[in-house]
Amino acid sequence: MAVPVDNYLRNQFMPHMWCPGCGHGIVLGAVLRAIGRLDLPKDEVCIVSGIGCASRAPGYLDFNTVHTTHGRALAFATGIKLARPDLHVIVLTGDGDASAIGGNHLIHAARRNMGITTVMFNNSIYGMTNGQYSPMTPKGRYASTAPYGNVERNFDMCELVKAAGGNYVARATTAHARQLSNYVEHAIQTQGFAFVEAVTQCPTYFGRRNKMGTPVDMIEWFRKNSVNAAAAAKLGPEELDGKIVVGEFYRGDAPEYTQVYEEVIKRAKEAAAR
Amino acid sequence: MTSAASPEVPVLVRHEWCKGCGICIAMCPKKVLEAAPDGKATVARPEDCIKCETCEIMCPDFAIRVVGGRSKGVAEGKGDVAGARA
Ligand SMILES: Cc1ncc(C[n+]2csc(CCOP(=O)(O)OP(=O)(O)O)c2C)c(N)n1
Ligand code: SF4
Ligand code: SF4
Ligand code: SF4
Ligand SMILES: [Mg+2]
Repeated sequence: MAVPVDNYLRNQFMPHMWCPGCGHGIVLGAVLRAIGRLDLPKDEVCIVSGIGCASRAPGYLDFNTVHTTHGRALAFATGIKLARPDLHVIVLTGDGDASAIGGNHLIHAARRNMGITTVMFNNSIYGMTNGQYSPMTPKGRYASTAPYGNVERNFDMCELVKAAGGNYVARATTAHARQLSNYVEHAIQTQGFAFVEAVTQCPTYFGRRNKMGTPVDMIEWFRKNSVNAAAAAKLGPEELDGKIVVGEFYRGDAPEYTQVYEEVIKRAKEAAAR
Repeated sequence: MTSAASPEVPVLVRHEWCKGCGICIAMCPKKVLEAAPDGKATVARPEDCIKCETCEIMCPDFAIRVVGGRSKGVAEGKGDVAGARA
């Protein structure tokens, strides 16, 4: 066995609550293998989530874990990182949690360049609440709240986080579970805000509504419709329509927030001593 | 129940965690795995296993372990699933 993921599971709460074939377990496995390869001591890892199917992940994990309120994982994580800059703070969040109700927190965590790794489980749907469309649902896709097809354009979350100031941005799908794990590893090693979009399947709501077949069919669909970043750079917008661009898009070296804040603490202490 | 692991059977399926989604069966490049009558994964052709660990990495339910997986590439997160299937 390559990396002992069993070490990181709260076996007493398994099997987990996710539906058969739900991609969230594949994404979580990729995260755990990244932590395993980095050999991070359990006590030095803090996993934070919001609300949703994806956000149920920390309940199954044997680290410091916090299951917070919908959309607020990054707000809690920011507080945790400020109180304990030595911790590896990892946010596991859904596309609804991160891009809808929690969108503002995401933008500002990236802008501040908080030393947090965020993995967004993007199944293009609100899974937990039975399949409403999210800001990540592609145009034309069906959802319980878009029975005639979604007319809205979805966010490109990777572009958004990069523009807002994050230091690491990458995307992969469950058909690229190994790269995905690699990207999470690079994200954890990043000083500053790191964002990995994990495109994953919700066979129960997104798959069924959009007639995408079995979980295996959905993974195959991701594989066939993905283009790596280098190849995508040579394609026009029409050729990229409906495609998922995967790869590592950005690495920056802006200073991490808690390190900058150390200076504030120093100045405040000096002022108090005067 | 967990199937026994041995040098001849290098893949363990944790039956009580398996939800019978069929992902491991479809993704195995050597067709080692099959669905049992209850839909859950079972190791049908252990002798064909190349210990590539694709089944373990792709199982959403943490229900598969490859004993003594030889693929260092997987351990290091190298390569993709499509590559392993080719
Ligand atoms: C303040 C608040 N508003 C709405 C909800 C209802 N709610 C629960 S989960 C969820 C969406 C979850 O979607 P996502 O984050 O994509 O996770 P998924 O279930 O798809 O993994 C919503 C709207 C809530 N719990 N709290
Ligand atoms: S509803 Fe969708 S996202 Fe939620 S556990 Fe089921 S398949 Fe996964
Ligand atoms: S390790 Fe590879 S060859 Fe062996 S059962 Fe798993 S997927 Fe098949
Ligand atoms: S991938 Fe996992 S849950 Fe799905 S059939 Fe195989 S062992 Fe069972
Ligand atoms: Mg979702």
